[in-house]
Amino acid sequence: MIIKQIFFALALLITLLIFGYTMRRIFYYFRFTKKVPLHNIPRRIMVTLQVAIAQTKIFRHPVMGLLHALVFWGFLVILLGSIEMVVDGLAGVERSFRVLGPVYDFLMASGDIFAAIITIAILVFLFRRLFLKVKRFYGTEMKPVSKADANMALSFILILMITLLGMNVFYVIHTQQIGAGQAGVYPVSAWIASLMPELSEQTVWFWHEFNWWFHILLVFAFANVLPYSKHFHVFMSVPNVFVSRISPLGYAENMESITKEVKLMLDPAAAIAPSDAAPAKFGVSDVEDVSWVNYMNALSCTECGRCTAVCPANITGKLLSPRKIMMDVRARMKEKGPGMIREGSNYSDGKSLLYNYITEEELWACTMCNACAQECPVNINQPAIILDLRRYLVLEKSAAPAGLNTAFTNIENNGAPWQFSPQDRLNWANELYLNDHL
Amino acid sequence: MTENRIKIEVPIMANLAAEGRQPEWLFWVGSAGAFDDRYKKVTREFVKILTRFNIDYAVLGTEESDSGDVARRAGNEMLFQMQAITNIQILNAYGVKKIVTCCPHDFNTLKNEYPDLGGHYEVWHHSQFLEKLINEQKINISSEIFSGKTIVFHDPCYLGRANSEYEAPRRVLNAIPAQKTEMKRNRSFGLCCGAGGGQMFKEAEKGDKEVFIERTEEAIATGADIIATACPFCMVMMTDGIKYKNQEERMKNYDIAELVSLSLGL
Repeated sequence: MIIKQIFFALALLITLLIFGYTMRRIFYYFRFTKKVPLHNIPRRIMVTLQVAIAQTKIFRHPVMGLLHALVFWGFLVILLGSIEMVVDGLAGVERSFRVLGPVYDFLMASGDIFAAIITIAILVFLFRRLFLKVKRFYGTEMKPVSKADANMALSFILILMITLLGMNVFYVIHTQQIGAGQAGVYPVSAWIASLMPELSEQTVWFWHEFNWWFHILLVFAFANVLPYSKHFHVFMSVPNVFVSRISPLGYAENMESITKEVKLMLDPAAAIAPSDAAPAKFGVSDVEDVSWVNYMNALSCTECGRCTAVCPANITGKLLSPRKIMMDVRARMKEKGPGMIREGSNYSDGKSLLYNYITEEELWACTMCNACAQECPVNINQPAIILDLRRYLVLEKSAAPAGLNTAFTNIENNGAPWQFSPQDRLNWANELYLNDHL
Repeated sequence: MTENRIKIEVPIMANLAAEGRQPEWLFWVGSAGAFDDRYKKVTREFVKILTRFNIDYAVLGTEESDSGDVARRAGNEMLFQMQAITNIQILNAYGVKKIVTCCPHDFNTLKNEYPDLGGHYEVWHHSQFLEKLINEQKINISSEIFSGKTIVFHDPCYLGRANSEYEAPRRVLNAIPAQKTEMKRNRSFGLCCGAGGGQMFKEAEKGDKEVFIERTEEAIATGADIIATACPFCMVMMTDGIKYKNQEERMKNYDIAELVSLSLGL
């Protein structure tokens, strides 16, 4: 028994060490991003309960949404079971949470049923990915590695569920064989157990142990694979919803640095006052210019492509894909982050998020319609990054398309995007009569 | 016919202020409402409604300037803030509290973005304003001019998704005796007309199709006779789409204010 405990403790220690190393690195990356404050915590809790816990936005696709919600809710219940397994493994005991009594029965029963539901859901998901041509799983950003990543994550979960059920099935048979009291209730596993052929006590115990160890070691492995996968979503999406945009979708963040400049221009007296701040860079051109919320958004993207599927630009064959924007932010940090850790935030590799990852053509195809943000099940704000990249192009490079430059000039000179005299602004009111249509 | 006509003198904020009067509402006309030939008609019809129901309002007239929405979303934050701060100075100088506008982009910018720069107002889109008049039983439409016609509503992104207002324009349309239908992509699923984010003023990027064609095709497929819009940009795009698809004989494009005004015979 003690050997098993030592082995388990070692496995757990290795898992936590690797996990700690990875997370430390990722949180280090956050330090390169721009700080923005978080307001309105009560409202954020409400949004988290609705969007993350109740999964409201995923139900915009009702069938697949329901399957995903079941997987998520099942995950929450089964997670408690995994915690129990860790306690059991370290203490060398069995089903230690049984002290919870009826609550334990309820938890185990729901976990058992959820394991079966998740198995079915994952099989549906795999079938869709492997055999159906679901349009949103394709696109220029969906390289073979992205597809392999998705299939790998699904396979992991599938095996996790099979071993969990296996463990329960052999546990049920084992308690029947030795006549011991069974801790917890297992409706699905009891039914499967009733179909099993007669097996020896040793065989049953072997398969119980096999499934137990396979399951928990796979949980450890999965936890360490996730941060390197798009399926990091599992950890990041709930906190991401918490920090996500709570203002109306139409609201664009104000640039305080510009407000200072404009006030100086409009108030000549203030212009004499010395400016202590170093000249700020306007907008985003590389990954260290994005806010930590933007980066969190990128880390929680699981590449489902619901955003891209509703993007008017993408639907009509333009290069823009909101999903690609999020994947690019993530990939660029993965590329540049280690260099910045090594050599400080001034590190340059001669590349940038803008141009090398995201092209001007993509950015100028956006209509700012917010369909992507509306659709995202984890409240990612894709337009915010597109807008900040545009801001860099316009404010730092004066690189807007010709038509927009004309509109800018007109607004500046005549107060309207078209070339009309401001004196004519009320001409529409000329010769206006009531009861004209009678 | 002409003997019933009453000339409308649009009240101007500066004149009212000179008389020491402050109207309840500021009607924010917007650049498109003031200069775009098609949307000028909408502005005129909306003013007829304001006049007919004795709304206490005024416009800024030549003191109004572009809200800056296009500039901001096209990345020109400097220009946006110049416009916004200048407009806010004027609005605050007149002590404006309530604003109504026919443009969802200006509605969004004034409502959600001007507060960051010191402009705090109660902002209404004209669909909400018309809905209020209907709820107060001021607007009561018995005219049959659109009965037998089918109307489909195209959700403007900056009214709908941006500000979650999907029902006000539909309730206004429901007050008009006519058939109503919906496109497959409606409300929060609505497809953009293609003009937002500065697209109105630039060439489209390379692709298979223009967005406004995709959207007009969807509207045509409903078999509706009228595409109702509530946004100057959507109006331009849908009108172009109808022309492009050679449906001008069969299909018309009206703003909800025009439909109300026409129904009331204003």
